[in-house]
Amino acid sequence: MHIPDGYLSPSTCAVLYAAAIAGWYSALKRLKRMLLSRVVPLISVFAAFSFVVMMFNLPLPGGTTGHALGVTISAIVLGPSGAILAISIALAIQALFFGDGGISTLGANCFNMAVVASLVAYASYRLIAAGVGIASRRRVVAAAIAGYLAVNAAALLAAIEFGIQPALFHDARGMPLYAPYPLSIAVPAMMIGHLTLAGAAEAAISAGLVAYLQAADPALLRSTAGVLPATEAASAIAPAATNSLPRLWIAVALLMVLTPLGILAAGKAWGEWSPSELAMRKSAGQAASVASNSVTSSAPVGLQRLAKLWTAPFPAYAPTFVKSARFGYFLSAMFAVGILLLVSLVAQLWVQRRREVGHS
Amino acid sequence: MARGGFLASTMIGFTRALARAMASEQIARQAGLLQSLDPRVRVIGLFTMVLAVMLSRRIAVIGALFVVAVIIAILSRVGVLMLVKRVWLVVLGFTGVIAFPAIFLTPGDTVAAFAGGPVRITVQGVQTATLLIARVETAVTFTSLLVLCTPWTHVLKALRAFRLPQEAIMMLAMTHRYIFLLVETAGQMFESRQSRTVGLLKGAEGRRITARSAGVLLSKSIELGNEVYLAMQSRGFRGEIRILSDFHMRSWDYLGLAAFLFAGCLSAWIGR
Repeated sequence: MHIPDGYLSPSTCAVLYAAAIAGWYSALKRLKRMLLSRVVPLISVFAAFSFVVMMFNLPLPGGTTGHALGVTISAIVLGPSGAILAISIALAIQALFFGDGGISTLGANCFNMAVVASLVAYASYRLIAAGVGIASRRRVVAAAIAGYLAVNAAALLAAIEFGIQPALFHDARGMPLYAPYPLSIAVPAMMIGHLTLAGAAEAAISAGLVAYLQAADPALLRSTAGVLPATEAASAIAPAATNSLPRLWIAVALLMVLTPLGILAAGKAWGEWSPSELAMRKSAGQAASVASNSVTSSAPVGLQRLAKLWTAPFPAYAPTFVKSARFGYFLSAMFAVGILLLVSLVAQLWVQRRREVGHS
Repeated sequence: MARGGFLASTMIGFTRALARAMASEQIARQAGLLQSLDPRVRVIGLFTMVLAVMLSRRIAVIGALFVVAVIIAILSRVGVLMLVKRVWLVVLGFTGVIAFPAIFLTPGDTVAAFAGGPVRITVQGVQTATLLIARVETAVTFTSLLVLCTPWTHVLKALRAFRLPQEAIMMLAMTHRYIFLLVETAGQMFESRQSRTVGLLKGAEGRRITARSAGVLLSKSIELGNEVYLAMQSRGFRGEIRILSDFHMRSWDYLGLAAFLFAGCLSAWIGR
């Protein structure tokens, strides 16, 4: 599927370079939003991996062997943007360092095998494996189908690129100047090999790799897994929650014990006065500033009216039946934490019930 | 499949790739015509020649460009025998298979008819097949000359002339390094497996082994990527990439660039 130099016209190459550049630009822009220092080595290593996987001889039914492209597993682990860049880099090194695939056709090869194949592989994998768990057998089947579709989509594009050459680029006598066969010959000739051997090779290696990762390193499959079933999503965050919960309880208990520290502070917090306290402060202020005629010794009428709207059960953090102010503070803290826990528990139950209704 | 099954044929593939890479590096270090030019001139100049080959519609002009490619190869100390084995025969085998049916399938003036008439060789068919083979052979020869006569590090620096993002150049450089490491690792894995295998493996078992080997290689690659990331972080890398460029154009390089551009434009104009 690596198109060498000379098979496509310069204008076809230019158009496909432009299409590939659009794919590279979009992928690089998306990845730049992530931490660049993290992305660069990951993509590089994956490109190298794809390059090496392309050299693997995979035994196929019928006694022959085939080569995988590695684009499907890249799309499954890295996502489409990462796969586009990783496969493009592998193809560029094949062309520029090993002379495999042309320089003028590098844009076409990258567009077919990196851009389109990555998008097809990613979309079909996500579609088929939607809503199933990481360890589900359907993910293996999805990877196989995604690999098969991706390789054949890339091959079909290459066949179309070959097939349009004689119609668009020929001399005055009708002699083809580049790839000589029309679509009616180019498409079946190209697709027979890919529908049977190359597609099967990519399907087999993709399925095998996903099955291996399910057993050995399932975390690598999570980034493109989409929405997981509720049980698996909960189990995914459970270890972290289990580890941090005792620490959280200890911290809450410590804060509750330390709440009486608040009564050590002298005076009243600014702005938290009751109408009577405000009236007292104003009287004190009047003595200091006789020039102000507008200041009266009573609190504003609105404040007096609204102050009676709600009376707290534990005024000043001290229930009336508790004589000790320190114990009153501690009791208030326990009461508040209890109310918050109750509210969160009710909310959690409500959300869980709604999810169960949604799934059923 | 090579004798010894898919394990042996994969290992042979790895060894060939490494041998080719080493041979290229050796040729690139020799003193020769292309090696004496600035890498940017080599990249632009040889790409211009590839473009000229693609734009030319006359077999004679493409033939002349092929002769130019051979002369450049000899002056750059690239062995003709190496080109025959590594480039010309491979391209002839691949493109020949594709081009051969065009002799019969392209409509035009009949040269010879077989099987009572329906199978015919046409003039246009022969010309189409010849043009395709000549074009691909010549273009791939120029591309191979670039690959053989330019160390990879110089290719990367030269690519900066095309305003490629620095991130892309850095990824190309890192990938190139990892490829050899991973090829060696994969080679060892296959060698280890081959040494423990008696007789021929069945197809399904072979596929399972290949997929598992690829899986282990993937895990190792990810681990390697994480280690490199931590190593880069510990050395102060924060995503800002700076690439040193110590190339300086001399009058010889300008002369070479002018010669390439002139030859390319002239060929494209004559062969239009």
